[in-house]
Amino acid sequence: MAFESLSDKFQSIFANLKRKGRLTEQDVSAAMKEVKMALLEADVNFKVVKEFVNAVKERAIGQDVMEGLNPGQYVIKIVNEELIQLMGATESELTYAKQQPTIYMMVGLQGAGKTTTTAKLAGKIKKSGKKPLLVACDIYRPAAIKQLQVVGGQLDIPVFAMGDQIQPVDIAKAAIAHAEKNHNDVIIIDTAGRLHIDETMMDELVEVRDEVKPQEILLVVDAMTGQDAVNVANSFNDKIGIDGVILTKLDGDTRGGAALSVRAVTKKPIKFVGLGEKLTDLEVFYPERMASRILGMGDVLTLIEKAQDVLDEKKAAEMERKFRKAEFTFDDFLEQMQQIKKMGSFSDVINMIPGMGSQLKNVQIDDKEINKIEAMILSMTLDERGNPSLINPSRKKRIASGSGTNMQDVNKFIKQFEQSKKMMKQMGGMMKGKKGKKGMNFPFMG
Amino acid sequence: MSEEKKQGFFTKLVSGLSKTKANMMNSVEQVFSGFTKIDDDFYEELEEALIIADLGVNTSIKIIQDLKEKVKARKIKDPLEVRGLLKEEIEEIMTIGEDAYDFTQKKSVILVVGVNGVGKTTTIGKLAYQYKQDKKKVIVAAADTFRAAAIEQLAEWANRASVEIIAQQENSDPGAVVYDGVQAAKARNADLLICDTAGRLHNKKNLMEELKKIFKIINRDYEEAHKEVLLVLDSTTGQNALQQAKQFKEITEITGIVLTKLDGTAKGGITIAIQSELGIPVKYIGVGEGIEDLQKFNAKDFANALFDNGSNDLH
Repeated sequence: MAFESLSDKFQSIFANLKRKGRLTEQDVSAAMKEVKMALLEADVNFKVVKEFVNAVKERAIGQDVMEGLNPGQYVIKIVNEELIQLMGATESELTYAKQQPTIYMMVGLQGAGKTTTTAKLAGKIKKSGKKPLLVACDIYRPAAIKQLQVVGGQLDIPVFAMGDQIQPVDIAKAAIAHAEKNHNDVIIIDTAGRLHIDETMMDELVEVRDEVKPQEILLVVDAMTGQDAVNVANSFNDKIGIDGVILTKLDGDTRGGAALSVRAVTKKPIKFVGLGEKLTDLEVFYPERMASRILGMGDVLTLIEKAQDVLDEKKAAEMERKFRKAEFTFDDFLEQMQQIKKMGSFSDVINMIPGMGSQLKNVQIDDKEINKIEAMILSMTLDERGNPSLINPSRKKRIASGSGTNMQDVNKFIKQFEQSKKMMKQMGGMMKGKKGKKGMNFPFMG
Repeated sequence: MSEEKKQGFFTKLVSGLSKTKANMMNSVEQVFSGFTKIDDDFYEELEEALIIADLGVNTSIKIIQDLKEKVKARKIKDPLEVRGLLKEEIEEIMTIGEDAYDFTQKKSVILVVGVNGVGKTTTIGKLAYQYKQDKKKVIVAAADTFRAAAIEQLAEWANRASVEIIAQQENSDPGAVVYDGVQAAKARNADLLICDTAGRLHNKKNLMEELKKIFKIINRDYEEAHKEVLLVLDSTTGQNALQQAKQFKEITEITGIVLTKLDGTAKGGITIAIQSELGIPVKYIGVGEGIEDLQKFNAKDFANALFDNGSNDLH
């Protein structure tokens, strides 16, 4: 496929650059040229690409290249992180109205997949125990009402329709009354596809919106949309105000750059993606997956991950060696703590480690205690961290006041630390030959 | 909406195209008017403008490269003159053979294919109407038996165009519907049989196989008829349209493209890439929801619409 060759091309450009150190402007510019091409080929809007590329350039220049990666790959790592960030970083859920019924309004261009998506969404909502009602407000496209009735029937979800001679706003109004009578707690309004530049038709949406005051207006966007996605999203957002986006037809082989364009210009979250023709084919949107799909440099990203793993393994091996020789210092300790902190709270992390959860059932870990320890280490000089035996009472006093703790805390911590070191030395013998096992006893496990 | 449809054929076409044009101008026209000399910046901005028009990076670079050579050879100094050249270039790429519409004068089967939501059924309604106005005997076959209410949708268009429709139940075998259509076309001596098909993404193997089967049935059972396979493309689609054209071309012998929804702000520039890479010409364009909103494609108009600001005496 087109983008695999792009990835190859990228690899070859940086194959000879195995240099370490900081990213220079040249490294970044060379890599970003390829990124720019990749994004444009993925249909990300030109202006969005330009802004994005400039922002990343600024962030990347001067950064230390991670071990195991060449400068180009390291830029890609940054690009990928930024893409995920831009895409919303986390999944976004539907919101429900405080007062029932919750009303959602589906809008978009012709052929984006509104009717199918409306049904899929209703199916999902029904599964969560709610009682949705579908409303057929597309009075223009031949057989659109029938289509909604058929898909509604397949899901056993009621469809409210009044034919194609009544204005959408009146249908929507009547639908609310109908929902109240029939105890439907969610209403999803299907509207006709329309061009974003069709004033009359856009006004119609405004009218419906003002009448029903929907909880969310969801813009349905075809994932294959090209450069025009920004115009479409912008117009819909300006004229009626959207709350979220649903990206359809992502089961195709499009790179889906429209997702980034739409997100960038509206700042509204992408909530779901359509992944097939079956009525269950609607999934929550994952920014990470979308980012790597748009970037289309799957193999580069895999490589980066591997390098990261190798790096972690190297560090782990070094740690292990230090354990055995009891060379473990406060600095190492701090690093370990920070590594784990990245993954979540200590208690969570401990529970995630296979086997650890049950063993440490009675161990109470106080995350506040951890912060205290961190503060104490940070209050030590570099010499003290590397050579704990330096720490005399006057130094202890300084550390205590620097970290907002007291002498007692400092004494307790240092004592525990020394004990752990001794234990590690003993364990060192047992650990021999068991590569990769990262046994560790923390002083704060009381 | 219905009042709007009474507007008349030409008004509608002009307004449809002018929307496309107006938007194009935002980028391309600015480039021409903003520069006084032809330099790298000028070419770079021109390239950007082409990319924004969805031509894709490769095609844009290629066109600019050709343009540079011509500018050099002809010793052109004025950026505005380059516009004329660029128009020429696009027109040249997009020009279609004189025999492109011959099928309308023969006994033909028109198979309409494409991904979901591009406007296949609507296009068939418009085509049927147009041929009917030309006093042809037209039959439409509802071989999209998959999408809910697709058959009803086509039936409504057939009704509006006053043509016959061959249809079975939803979920029946589309091959069987096409077979029935062929038999009906033969028996009733129809000039044109237009077959609707379900929207399918080109990377779905099973659905593409199904399409292959439909194509086979037409070839086998209606040997004497001319086969016209029209790929319908949504003009808002970006680079993926090239993949669509490639994949569909592998399965059936695509003879032309219908470019729909040109009344929006999208440019359909990817068809330039498709034409230059795959040699598939655009034959029709859709410019609205009305039954008359379908035009034969004209390369000159297309190029003009892309690059003209209304006064066409600048070159």
